[in-house]
Amino acid sequence: MLDRKLNSETMDALAEQLEVEGRSLWQDARMRFFRNRAAMASLAILTVITLLVLFGGYISQYAFDQTDWSAMHSGPSIASGHYFGTDSLGRDMYVRTLLGGRVSLGVGVAGAFVAVLLGTLYGATSGFLGGTVDRVMMRLLEILYGIPFMFFVILLVTFFGRNIVLVFIAIGAVSWLDMARIVRGQTLSLKNKEFIEAAEVCGVSKGRIITRHIIPNVLGIVVVYATLLVPQMILTESFLSFLGLGVQEPSTSWGALLQDGSQTMEIAIWQLLFPAAFMVTTLFCFNYVGDGLRDALDPKDR
Amino acid sequence: MFKFILKRSLEAIPTLLVLITITFFMMRFAPGSPFSSERSLPPEVLANIEAKYGLDKPVHEQYFSYLGGLLQGDLGPSFKYKDYTVNELVAQALPVSAKIGLFAFAFTVVMGVSVGTIAALKQNTWIDYSIMSTAMAGVVMPSFVLAPTLVYIFSIQLKWLPAGGWNGGQLRFIILPMLGMSLLYVASFARIMRGSMIEVMNSNFIRTAKAKGLPFRHIVLKHALRPAMLPVVSYMGPAFVGIITGSVVIETIFGLPGLGRLFVNGALNRDYSLVLGLTILIGSFTILFNAIVDIVYAFIDPKIRY
Repeated sequence: MLDRKLNSETMDALAEQLEVEGRSLWQDARMRFFRNRAAMASLAILTVITLLVLFGGYISQYAFDQTDWSAMHSGPSIASGHYFGTDSLGRDMYVRTLLGGRVSLGVGVAGAFVAVLLGTLYGATSGFLGGTVDRVMMRLLEILYGIPFMFFVILLVTFFGRNIVLVFIAIGAVSWLDMARIVRGQTLSLKNKEFIEAAEVCGVSKGRIITRHIIPNVLGIVVVYATLLVPQMILTESFLSFLGLGVQEPSTSWGALLQDGSQTMEIAIWQLLFPAAFMVTTLFCFNYVGDGLRDALDPKDR
Repeated sequence: MFKFILKRSLEAIPTLLVLITITFFMMRFAPGSPFSSERSLPPEVLANIEAKYGLDKPVHEQYFSYLGGLLQGDLGPSFKYKDYTVNELVAQALPVSAKIGLFAFAFTVVMGVSVGTIAALKQNTWIDYSIMSTAMAGVVMPSFVLAPTLVYIFSIQLKWLPAGGWNGGQLRFIILPMLGMSLLYVASFARIMRGSMIEVMNSNFIRTAKAKGLPFRHIVLKHALRPAMLPVVSYMGPAFVGIITGSVVIETIFGLPGLGRLFVNGALNRDYSLVLGLTILIGSFTILFNAIVDIVYAFIDPKIRY
């Protein structure tokens, strides 16, 4: 009797231990992500850059559009307060680089958000409804794939004016294609799971099943690809700004700063150097974090 | 095989039609007329101009007449360069872009494949590591950072090559733009090529070839290269699009009178018909090239037979 009680107690203890040891997919992924040193370092650098971009401006005594007539094209110096030097109009490069970062990162995140939203909805709808609808929607996607999208964005900007909000909507609106494919694939594998059937039996409408049951379950993958989408968006925005089709003066972005810097590099290389360093570092880090997340969530790689 | 080529070519048509339709209607529904400027024109003059360009007709009629023009290879008049048609502008710019683009594309493929192959054959040596870390840097470095850097090093510091200009397409003037356009894709090609080459070199038929005592050169060039090229071929489509897109930036940086620059100038001047025409032209190139890549792939890959 006592033995049996003891036995069941040990069993309980063992069971508890087992429960502790059994890790969920997410815990597993988190652990693997934390162990990935390149990704963790990138995450740390990204955090620093984000904080700097958001709050670093308060350290400087200059405003982003303020002209310092006594110091045009002056090099970086701590004494004058122009930590990164000044541009051709005597505006402080430190403040402008940070402002550019705010715009570039903002556009990157917002553009990725639009792309994720559209792509997820499209992919989930297509995958869930299946049949003819799926075939037509995928065919349309293939057609859109064939269109050189950068030219399409420039076309949009030409027709609807150079407005930064519009720029990122345009960028987001044309770069959701990959996301839609990925989500569709995930949805196809989710579609036949019991809980979806259960929801169907309960009479939940198709739209609600997609938004309430399918989308939350593909969110993990979506987040990973969103991380990889952000640097693409930053790149696209910089591309447009570099051509003079993105943000307009006196506001700026990394692409616009690079454009200015590349024209004055013979006399003032720092005007190119600092924005370029910030942008390349950010892109590097986003790519590493995205790769790290993807590796961490990849079930093949245990 | 012929059936496949025909099918793949026919598939390009709806893509092209969607592209033309979307861009055309976007232009027509864009706010403001292409002729609205700070100095507002008297209504009669505006009506006359619109009549000249056929903008007073109903939209669907304009669409079909534009389509008809396209079928005859006519991209219509430019709205801003008053005395030119889009065709004339393209005829001036296309040779420039085509020359640089072909150079850049050939360089990309040759360099990417050879560098990737070397990295794969010297796997896990310092040669491999240095090639692959350079490639990683190349992948994230956008062309508008790379090109000014190249100019800074080779034109301003070393004074070896000119910083810009076309000068009738002399080789000296082509090298830097070509590098700026292609290095990014050399890096991508090298990464892809290395991966597939390593895989192929570990496969059974290569082991057989080695066992037969074939010379190493022969094994790599005759046996391994062709199957290892498959992923590279399928990446040629995206790389082509990337190089064309990159040409917009590169031509602006180096001041080359090519299509990319024409496109940007059109966009900055809001020259609707020019931008529309160029988008359709470049879109058609892309779609055509993708079709060619698919067909070439089917030729190379022994697993695909129709």
